[in-house]
Amino acid sequence: MEIWYALVDRFLPFAWSHYTFMKNALLAVLLVGPMFAIMGTMVVNNRMAFFSDTIGHSALTGIAVGVLLGFQDPLLIMVIFSAFLAVAISLLKMLTGASSTDTIIGAVSAVMVALGIVILSRGGSFNKFLRFLVGDLLSITTKEILFLAFTLAGVIVLWTVMFNKFLLVSVNPSLALSRGIPVRLVETLFCITTAVVVTVAIQWVGILIINSFLILPAAAARNMSRNMQQYHLISVLITLFSGVAGLLASYYWSTAAGATIVLFAAVFYLCSLLIKLKLA
Amino acid sequence: MSYAGVIQKLQKKSCGLCCTRLKGFGVVLGKTEILRDINLHIHCGELTALIGPNGAGKTTLLRAILGEIRHTGELSFLDAEDCRRNPVVGYVPQRLDFDQGTPISVLDMFSACLSFWPVCLGHSRRFRDHAAACLAVVQAEHLLDRRLGDLSGGELQRVLLAMALDPCPDLLLLDEPVSGIDVQGKELFYELVSNLRKRFDLSIILVSHDWTLVSRHADRIVFLDRTVQCCGTPQEVFTSEKILRSYGPVVVEQIDHIRLRGKIVSGIGGTDA
Repeated sequence: MEIWYALVDRFLPFAWSHYTFMKNALLAVLLVGPMFAIMGTMVVNNRMAFFSDTIGHSALTGIAVGVLLGFQDPLLIMVIFSAFLAVAISLLKMLTGASSTDTIIGAVSAVMVALGIVILSRGGSFNKFLRFLVGDLLSITTKEILFLAFTLAGVIVLWTVMFNKFLLVSVNPSLALSRGIPVRLVETLFCITTAVVVTVAIQWVGILIINSFLILPAAAARNMSRNMQQYHLISVLITLFSGVAGLLASYYWSTAAGATIVLFAAVFYLCSLLIKLKLA
Repeated sequence: MSYAGVIQKLQKKSCGLCCTRLKGFGVVLGKTEILRDINLHIHCGELTALIGPNGAGKTTLLRAILGEIRHTGELSFLDAEDCRRNPVVGYVPQRLDFDQGTPISVLDMFSACLSFWPVCLGHSRRFRDHAAACLAVVQAEHLLDRRLGDLSGGELQRVLLAMALDPCPDLLLLDEPVSGIDVQGKELFYELVSNLRKRFDLSIILVSHDWTLVSRHADRIVFLDRTVQCCGTPQEVFTSEKILRSYGPVVVEQIDHIRLRGKIVSGIGGTDA
C-alpha cells in the first residue's frame, strides 16, 4: 500500500489525491474495473443480465442473514449466501426446463429483496443499511482492497483456465457438449463466479446500481467490436475510464461515487449505440 | 477368408472407430416414449442417412447419441480391436442458435474449441494458420476473420462442419445440416460430406428430409419413425413394401421425383435410384 500511496503522490499531484480515502478508492476502482469488465462481457454473452441483477438484490437478504447470525462484517456470509443462491437458481432452471427462466429469476429477486427488508427493518433500524443500497466507495479500507485484489487474481486465473469453455457454452450448449465440455458444471461454475464477484463489490458500488456497472461497459463494447479480443479490450478500457472519471467527478460534485461511475458508463453505452447505428 | 473379407479387415485396421452399435436403444422424455427398441450398426466410411416424418425422433436420436439426453439400452463404440472406447464425435446442429450480435469471429470460435489459450487474449500466428487450413477443407478460408453473426446460412454450416472435423472425429453427426439452404448450396454440401467420408474414413449419420440428395449420396438409409422401420441401401428402402404402404403418398411422390432426377443424373454417372 505504501508503494501505491507514494506512486499517487508522485504522479498525481492534485488536490483530491492528498486524501488517503481517495487513493484507496482509486486503487479499488482500478481493481474492480477490470474484474467487472471481463465478467460483464461473459454475462452479456450468456444473456444473464437479469440473473446478475437478482444476485445483486439478493445481497440484501445475505446481509440480513449475516446480521441475524450476529456477524460484524457480513461480507463472508453474503458471499456464501449468494453462491448458494446461484446454485439454487441453476438447479431450479434445470428442474423446470429452461424456457421460463426469467419468471423464476424475477420471483427469486422479489422474494429476496422483500425478505431482506423485512429482516433488516425489524425494530425500525433500516437506515444504517442504506449504505449498501447506494454504495460507499470512499469508505473502503486497506484490508478490503487486499480482498478485492485476491478476488481479481482469482477471476484472472479462472479465466485463463476456463474462458474458452465459458465462451463455447455461451454460444451454444449443444455444440459445447459435443466438444466434451460438461455444460451444466461449467454453467453452474459461471453462475457462482458471477455471484461471488458481484457480492464482493456490492458494498462499494451499491445494490441498486451494481448491475449497470457490470452490464453497461460490456454492452457498449459489444456494439463496437468484431471479435473477442476487441470486445474485452474495449470493455476493460471503458470500465477503467468511466471508473476513474466517475470517481473524480463525484469528488468535485460531492455525489455518490458508484452512481456517478455508472452514469459515465452509460454515456459510453449511448455513444456506442450511435456508432453502431452509423455503421449499420 | 474371402478376398473381400481380407480387404474389409485391412480397412478395419486403418480406421479409428469401426462400429457404432445401438442395441435396444430408446429414449423416454417425461412420460412420452420417443424412441424405442432401436438396433443399428453404423460402420466407418459409411454415410448413413436418417429419414422419417416430422416428430419421428431423428434429432432426438442424435442428441441421445451425443449424450445430451438420457437413453435406455446400449450404445457402444467399438474400434478395430473390438474394444470399447470413447470416440471423438463431431456434431453439426440443424441451425446454430446463438446471439447474432455476439462479437465473436470465426477464428475465435475455432480457438475456443481447440486451444487452451484464452481467446480474449488474441491468437498465435501458428493457430491462425491451422484454423485457415481447417477452413480450407470446406472451402471457407476466406471467412476466417468474419463475425459469426454476419455469415450466411450456408457459410455458417460449412464453418461448423470444419469445426466438427477437427480433431478428426470417429463419428460425425449432421442434423439436417442444409435445411433452408438453396439447391446449389445443398449439392455442394453433400458433395463435400461425401468426399470427406472417403478421405477421412468417417462414420457419418445424417438427418435429412431431402430424399433426392440422400438417395444419391448415402450408402445406407434408415427410415425412422419411433423405431427403425426400414434399413438398407437407398434402393431397398425406397422400394420397400412396408414403407410404401405406411408412408405411401409422400414416398411415391418423392420417388417419382428421384426417378426424374436419376435420369438426368445418370448421364454423368450418378446413382440411379
